[in-house]
Amino acid sequence: MIMRKLLAAGSACGLMAALACGLLPATAHAGEPVPGATPKVELVLDVSGSMSAKDIDGQSRMSAAKQAFDDVVDSTPDGVELGIRTLGANYPGDDRKTGCKDTKQLYPVGELNRDQAKSAVATLQPTGWTPIGPALLAAASDIKGGDGTHRLVLITDGEDTCAANPCDVARQIAAQGVDLTIDTLGLVPDTHTRSQLSCIAEATGGTYTTVQHRQQLTTKVKQLVDRSTDVAVTPTATQGADTCAGAPVLKRGLYSDRETFSQNRWYRVDVRPGQELRASATVSDDRSVNADYGVLLRGVTLHGREIVRDDESGTGRTDAVSAGIRYPKPKADDDDTPAETVCLQVGNSFSAPASVKTTPGLPVELSIDLVHSPDQPSDVAFYGLGRGWWLLGLLAATGIVAGLITGWAARWRLNTGRTR
Amino acid sequence: MRTLRLIGAVTLLAAAALTSLTGTALADDSSATPDPSASATGSDAPPTQAGTDFRTATVVGQGVQATADASAGDYLYWQFPADTGQHVTVHATVTFPTTSTRHGASSWQVDVYDGLRRRQPCRYGTQTATAAASATSVDLVCHLRTIRSWAEPWSNDPLRGAYYVRVTVLDLPSTDLGQPVHATVEATSDGTAGSQAVDGSVAPVVTANGPRVAPSDGWAGTWWSPRWLWTGGGGLLAILLAFAGHRLARGPLRPPAPSRPPMYDRPDRPREPAGYGD
Repeated sequence: MIMRKLLAAGSACGLMAALACGLLPATAHAGEPVPGATPKVELVLDVSGSMSAKDIDGQSRMSAAKQAFDDVVDSTPDGVELGIRTLGANYPGDDRKTGCKDTKQLYPVGELNRDQAKSAVATLQPTGWTPIGPALLAAASDIKGGDGTHRLVLITDGEDTCAANPCDVARQIAAQGVDLTIDTLGLVPDTHTRSQLSCIAEATGGTYTTVQHRQQLTTKVKQLVDRSTDVAVTPTATQGADTCAGAPVLKRGLYSDRETFSQNRWYRVDVRPGQELRASATVSDDRSVNADYGVLLRGVTLHGREIVRDDESGTGRTDAVSAGIRYPKPKADDDDTPAETVCLQVGNSFSAPASVKTTPGLPVELSIDLVHSPDQPSDVAFYGLGRGWWLLGLLAATGIVAGLITGWAARWRLNTGRTR
Repeated sequence: MRTLRLIGAVTLLAAAALTSLTGTALADDSSATPDPSASATGSDAPPTQAGTDFRTATVVGQGVQATADASAGDYLYWQFPADTGQHVTVHATVTFPTTSTRHGASSWQVDVYDGLRRRQPCRYGTQTATAAASATSVDLVCHLRTIRSWAEPWSNDPLRGAYYVRVTVLDLPSTDLGQPVHATVEATSDGTAGSQAVDGSVAPVVTANGPRVAPSDGWAGTWWSPRWLWTGGGGLLAILLAFAGHRLARGPLRPPAPSRPPMYDRPDRPREPAGYGD
């Protein structure tokens, strides 16, 4: 009897667990990226005078870049819209003002004609200045639009010789809401170039690579172009409010926002009974910040009662700090129960030296999920099965007691002649 | 006498059951049970790229070695599924190619985040390691807490779902920034849901705003646990002891002898079993 009950309980729980585990995740994958989205990549090549220096495997930097471009154009995956922009290719003079405007789109971003792209690259001669900032701005407008990923690959051998700090420019571009990544490749390992290029990369979540060999350049550019075909959900831009009352209502999805140092932003999410709210907030540091930092994510009711919170702090080099919360809302008895509005507070305790610009704010990525999940634990762990010597002893004692009682009963019946 | 012999047999059986139980109880936490989620989801070859943030983290299955060529200073992200009851270990190796010259020691770190992007502590393992300038590689290990089927919303206990791995350099000479490195990551797991099983279950913590992450044979959760043996063996033991107790308490059944009048000249005692005293 005991066993039968245990088995029945076990199979019932197993069935429930299978239902809970097997059916629910299948519905949780509607937010996948559009497969038809076209990724856009623009290669931004420095054609300044210094590119004629012969220090890449005995070749000039320019010829190494040209060969790399040829290989990359050949191996660009179908469906990637590739463009090429040059900087410092046309104005050989000494006028700084003119030289710092010298950027030109060599090959437009669009469906790739490999021969045309290659012949355009072949004509390049190292010429002028290094206006990285203006080139990045122009390149960002080149690849604007579309629902695929946007990626700029900047190949240069020197720091910006013009007025604008390209690092700030990169941050401005990233803050415009374009889902844009800038990867930088430095052909010369000198301190200024390195710090400027790594700063540009950091500002947009891109990568910085020092290139010393021709093969390395080709492989890296190919890798970066291929990376643009990786499918990822593009976040929707939103703007959190200072209080919960005026906060935007978010549905399931991925959102991006900006918040300045030590700021709090509020969002609202409607959670229906039986649903579980899952929220993650990631704050990236896209500039140099002080060594200690933290992120706070709180779920609060409309009346200000805290439901759940998570905070994460850290120290040292990092790209992002994130926190996440879960809030299962119990099932309601009747179907008319309205959804509960949960206020989400995203705060950060990043700080920066006085020399660092605080605007635009730090990028915030907010991931909201609403799933169906049990809010209470069931009564039994692992189908109600037990383990250990106490369980064994209890079962044995129960068995022997039951046996003795029935045995005595049987003997009594025998002795009193009730049974033959 | 017959009762005694029966009790002896029952005791023997019970002892055998107990021995087998102890054996499996010991095996509870070992890696004896095959891992049901050992292969990747929908991927035929191990990935050779890493993502650059949570959103683009490369999906890799457990037991699959993912590799990536990157630059020192990059943040490399992967994600893998982990199911209830698993003790997950993440191994990461960063190799420095011989072609690049490095100017000083660099320290590297592996971080593991759960599906809600909450940082998970490592129970043990070399999470951070420093590579000397002459070192060719550095090994990082993070051993997570046991994945639980349910936890309070206020705790950050690891739940089944996606787990993110981040490998990055923490500190390096600025002259070495951007140098090529090669990273390898593998997540493995062992254990069953036996000793660590808790009440309840939670839908897998995998965000819908990203790629599909699931073990190759789904989120069934493991059905196997030594608890089956404990409970089943206990039930068997109870039945055997109940039977033995019943026989002991009831005493021997006298053979029916209505055809013959009782013999009053002999004392009434149970019959010797056949073969007794051989």
